[in-house]
Amino acid sequence: MAQMDSKTPKGSLSEKWTNHKSNINLVSPANKRLIDVIVVGTGLAGASASATLAELGYNVKTFCFQDSPRRAHSIAAQGGINAAKNYQGDGDSTHRLFYDTIKGGDYRSREGNVHRLAEVSANIIDQCVAQGVPFARDYGGLLDNRSFGGVLVSRTFYAKGQTGQQLLLGAYSAMNRQIGRGKIKMYNRHEMMDLVLVNGKARGIITRNLVNGKLERHSAHAVVIASGGYGNVFFLSTNAMGSNVTAAWKIHKKGAHFANPCFTQIHPTCIPVSGDHQSKLTLMSESLRNDGRIWVPKNIEDVKSIREGSLNPTHINEENRDYYLERRYPAFGNLVPRDVASRAAKERCDEGYGVNKTGEAVYLDFSSAIERYGKEEAHVKGLNEEDKPLINKLGQKIIRSKYGNLFQMYEKIVDQDPYETPMMIYPAVHYTMGGVWVDYNLMTSIPGCYAIGEANFSDHGANRLGASALMQGLADGYFVLPYTIGDYLSEDIRTGKISIDTPEFIKAEEEVRVRLAKFIYNKGENSVDYYHRKLGKIMWDKCGMSRNAKELKEAMSEIKILRKDFYENVRVPGGLDEFNEELAKAGRVADFLELGELFAKDALERTESCGGHFREESQTPEGEALRDDKFFNFVSAWEYKGEPSDATLRKEMLYYEEIEVKTRSYK
Amino acid sequence: MNLTLKIWRQSNSESKGKMVEYPISDVSPDMSFLEMMDFLNGRLINKGEEPVAFDHDCREGICGMCSMFINGEAHGPDRLVTTCQLHMRKFKDGETITIEPFRANAFPVIKDLVVDRSSFDRIQQAGGFVSVNTSGNTQDANSIPIEKYDADRAFDAATCIGCGACVASCKNASAMLFVAAKVSQFSLLPQGKIEATDRVRNMVKQMDEEGFGNCTNTGACEVECPKGISLENIARMNREYISTLFKS
Repeated sequence: MAQMDSKTPKGSLSEKWTNHKSNINLVSPANKRLIDVIVVGTGLAGASASATLAELGYNVKTFCFQDSPRRAHSIAAQGGINAAKNYQGDGDSTHRLFYDTIKGGDYRSREGNVHRLAEVSANIIDQCVAQGVPFARDYGGLLDNRSFGGVLVSRTFYAKGQTGQQLLLGAYSAMNRQIGRGKIKMYNRHEMMDLVLVNGKARGIITRNLVNGKLERHSAHAVVIASGGYGNVFFLSTNAMGSNVTAAWKIHKKGAHFANPCFTQIHPTCIPVSGDHQSKLTLMSESLRNDGRIWVPKNIEDVKSIREGSLNPTHINEENRDYYLERRYPAFGNLVPRDVASRAAKERCDEGYGVNKTGEAVYLDFSSAIERYGKEEAHVKGLNEEDKPLINKLGQKIIRSKYGNLFQMYEKIVDQDPYETPMMIYPAVHYTMGGVWVDYNLMTSIPGCYAIGEANFSDHGANRLGASALMQGLADGYFVLPYTIGDYLSEDIRTGKISIDTPEFIKAEEEVRVRLAKFIYNKGENSVDYYHRKLGKIMWDKCGMSRNAKELKEAMSEIKILRKDFYENVRVPGGLDEFNEELAKAGRVADFLELGELFAKDALERTESCGGHFREESQTPEGEALRDDKFFNFVSAWEYKGEPSDATLRKEMLYYEEIEVKTRSYK
Repeated sequence: MNLTLKIWRQSNSESKGKMVEYPISDVSPDMSFLEMMDFLNGRLINKGEEPVAFDHDCREGICGMCSMFINGEAHGPDRLVTTCQLHMRKFKDGETITIEPFRANAFPVIKDLVVDRSSFDRIQQAGGFVSVNTSGNTQDANSIPIEKYDADRAFDAATCIGCGACVASCKNASAMLFVAAKVSQFSLLPQGKIEATDRVRNMVKQMDEEGFGNCTNTGACEVECPKGISLENIARMNREYISTLFKS
């Protein structure tokens, strides 16, 4: 079987991108005016790509399902964005960022793409500051940094716990400027329902106007999918309620290969599940691990007393606490990468040390940081460093200035004051490293169809490092796609407008109409959420933080049965031609029900453990993930063949020229 | 908890709406307000009735999509939270809760509790940006130091989530706090100063064209703002606006 060709340019790693940019075909400014590009999604990748493509002169049509492009879920990213600026003079460099990202991804990402990401990272910060993004600054007026998991330098730029919001509003403002100029036509409350191919090329999409239910045809010379990740296949995740896989899945069904679906990030610090009514999970930024220490009680009796409510965790002495990350990973301590931290929490809870009623929570404790900061403040101000209440007050003030909004959010949800008692946290699904397969130019296996941001697979391997999602989204949108797309579009300067009245468009629209009508006329018994919750439970129980062959096989067959039941018994109230959220949800869940099966299949076939993918059959005697570089140093790109279980595997072999592939160790 | 919900139902922008009463039992105090709405909708669907349409997305208080006027207050009785972060423990067992959409001429109702806030987008398109192209050649991010005090205030203004609570809470349905937050953010930063005159002029013009009311300094917007955007921003915008009158 033919392998996937990444089309990574030749030459030394540090020169690939520069050379590639100098050699690819360009479209002249006069011709860009004749070319239309569709962008689906307005998160960091979609918004930045839309703005930049429009600045370059293309006619852009951008779509989002929310009521405004500013609401895309990038807005909720908290901690920060990495860039190899070395402003702290702590030895950072492009190479080090590149190396950390490859290592963090457990050697399952594409070297050329990751190096390019590290190269453009510094430009992103310059661009955002020029747009008026209010990053945190120090008292000298220069940009401040903090450190994130899995690295030994401080390279993360941030805006309190709202970095994603500020970056997205920056990209949104750049878009607004182009909407005002008429270069972007923005379609709010529109959902992409299918991709239209003409002569094998992506030439348009079918959308549904979510306000009046009308189906619409939109044509373009290229289609860019920036619709984010598929974490909601788990039902409970930190994704927004509307986040979905539909756009990515529809292009998969039209010929775009789907890569590494089982590479999913379970984030270690989220607010634990409180009950069956729960609709989503809330993340507590990884930045909290800079100052918070993670622990569970050493003695099982203390665990029992805590659960019964007879013991307050603040009354447990230091020597009776198990700071298990510091114990197991002394070099990185609480700042180990996410996959490692999540598994360690699961290990303790599986052993019975979980500290809430469900037994699925560990403590994230700020008391040491409060004391340390308080003493520093007291020293600077010449106050009594032995005065405990004073130290506590001063320390809390510092913590509030750093993480105020996160602490407030925690208090509102859990109804406990995290300044006084340690936070309770547990891992939750957060990000998907897998996604649509793309080549070096970010083009999928369909000519003229691109995937950027979380929707593609390329940069994070099997595990993403903190503060790298924002970096990748903006790198793809501002600095990569707008240039690489020209290489393809240069052949379209004489094509002229693409008609939407061709048989291809008419047929695609009709297929969508039939698909949606089936839901409406089904008159089944169960709500869409009923199926989504069931799917989520299968995924979490059998494709979650640790996986094995037996359960993965069960998951595949259970999902298949559930999907059949869904089509027979789902009930969607309301009509086609109106605002109908249940109908929109039904379409999304239908796609999750297919993706989930492919996810399990991918996890089943990859019998090694790597990054976020932990196979119980492949571990070291100490319980660490055991990678198999001999058999699995490839990207699994799945080709659609009807049923998800029938998908065929196409491999993209991974080659590392610049770095030595090693066992990842954070000890 | 057992509650009585009085909810605004309206099929579409043309039809007339009305309040409809729904008794609901077995609500957990740990539910968020929107989870309580999901719970209600699940029951309505099972009974073959149409669920209540409402806007929501991130459910962590940052996307600004959820709205709802609950017991006469935008985002309900709790302070500094959006509806998605409001929890049922803030209500009493047996209580009657009134739920309406955000009301303003510039926010027409689409269905039930869903309103059209695209007027906010159009105000931003009129000037809520710095005109800088993406080139990779902008100057180094640290070449212009910005006093921490100003950077922090710019950030505070920039945390506006564009939900529209300020408009819904204002007796004049004024959008001054929303517009002022963006104008302030840029006027506090050197990058925004260059286009300051055009920005405030164009954004205010668009705000007026969208049909938002005038500001009479009642301060209700600041009280109800889930992000605590300060009235100071309105004062700053007024100063910026007045100064444009002296420029041609």
